[in-house]
Amino acid sequence: MHYFANPTRFQRLMDILRPWVVGVMLAMLAYGLLAGTVFGPADRLQGESVRILYIHVPSAWMAMFIYVAIAAASFVALVWRHPLALIAARASAPIGAVFTLLALITGSLWGKPTWGTFWVWDGRLTSVLVLFFLYLGYMALWQALEDEEKAGRATSILALVGTVNIPIIKFSVDWWNTLHQPASVVRLDGPTIDPSMLWPLLAMGLAFKAYYVWVLFARMEALMDARRVQAAQLRAAQHAAGGAL
Amino acid sequence: MTAWWTLMLRDLRLAWRSGGAAGLSLGFFVMATSLYPFGLGPDPVTLASVAAGLIWVTAMFAALLSLDRLFQADFEDGTLTQLLLSKLTAPGIVFAKITAHWLGVMLPLIIVSPLLALILGLPGSAIGPLMLSLVVGTPALSCLGAVVAALTVAVRRGGALMTILLIPLFVPSLIFGAASVEAGLVGTDPSGALLLAAAVSLFALALAPVAASAALRLAAE
Repeated sequence: MHYFANPTRFQRLMDILRPWVVGVMLAMLAYGLLAGTVFGPADRLQGESVRILYIHVPSAWMAMFIYVAIAAASFVALVWRHPLALIAARASAPIGAVFTLLALITGSLWGKPTWGTFWVWDGRLTSVLVLFFLYLGYMALWQALEDEEKAGRATSILALVGTVNIPIIKFSVDWWNTLHQPASVVRLDGPTIDPSMLWPLLAMGLAFKAYYVWVLFARMEALMDARRVQAAQLRAAQHAAGGAL
Repeated sequence: MTAWWTLMLRDLRLAWRSGGAAGLSLGFFVMATSLYPFGLGPDPVTLASVAAGLIWVTAMFAALLSLDRLFQADFEDGTLTQLLLSKLTAPGIVFAKITAHWLGVMLPLIIVSPLLALILGLPGSAIGPLMLSLVVGTPALSCLGAVVAALTVAVRRGGALMTILLIPLFVPSLIFGAASVEAGLVGTDPSGALLLAAAVSLFALALAPVAASAALRLAAE
């Protein structure tokens, strides 16, 4: 695992993977969007508004997936002090927060024609809102601590504490009030969604995931470059001081 | 063990001395609660129907107010480093702080809560369940608060940041605590929600000393 702790090596890996990631993303996006929104069927009950599903559901998946990814990366960073894991966790947070916000916005736009209201205090909506707050807190803590090394470990602890609390929050909020339809894709007795919608949906899920990896690479590169610039500036300052430091 | 008691009693005394967290939180709790009727109108039926939830939320905010200084004063004057170097284990220190916070700050809030329940018009029969739900549910606030207080101890003006970090974590306690009072009011069995609130508190109690002491060691480095 530490083979890729070297940023230059990791950079090479990113350069190799990037075209594939972008290719998968474009292919899946093209199939998913065309099959879902142009050629796919409308819903018997909900009509055309059901097509927002192809954005809403993958966004919600990514919102949860990225938080888990942050937690996993934080664990690796805390236990093995892996520097890239920390950068990956930090770079993931804003992407996850945007997907969470997207899930909330598309859900609210979908809720208006189908439930008759933009927002209800329903279990699943509320737990996604709480997840959004967790993302904001994680990013705020990164901003607040100046020492990058300490900020990294503090945010990792926070991410892990948040993660063990997510099931409790989710369960408590579900128990509190539920209006949202139950899960219809991942079920023990197989999906209840029609294949003509399921395949485009899964393709969109894959496209979103590839998009995440693509943006993650760009953000990680930016963070690593920023660190290099900082190191170079420090060296230049030391040089200017004539080695007096 | 003596060292642990000494630390716990010291924190308890500090909470109650002038300028300590206890008096301020108590004042906030009472005054903030007396604001609700101005915003919601004086109708006793409306107030009674939301009283339990309002008291729970206000207790949460009072906890938030008191928690941001939980480790900060000791961190700033170096006491925390000394404590970490002492015979006490880091989780032991955190546990002493949590105990002192709950006894010094949260327990007084629970003791005055019947008064607030009365001015908001909560039926007399619900006052017992309200106090019970606070006793069972608020330890989670002290515990999770300790974790976040330890994470933000080195942040200047960490109070606002603490609020952002803690509110999502407080949601389960709030739901179960307020729901158990509500269940008693409408005549259903409140024990389910009460037991879940207790479970959240016990879980937080198991998690907090470990997580908070990791954060404290990090800050004291």
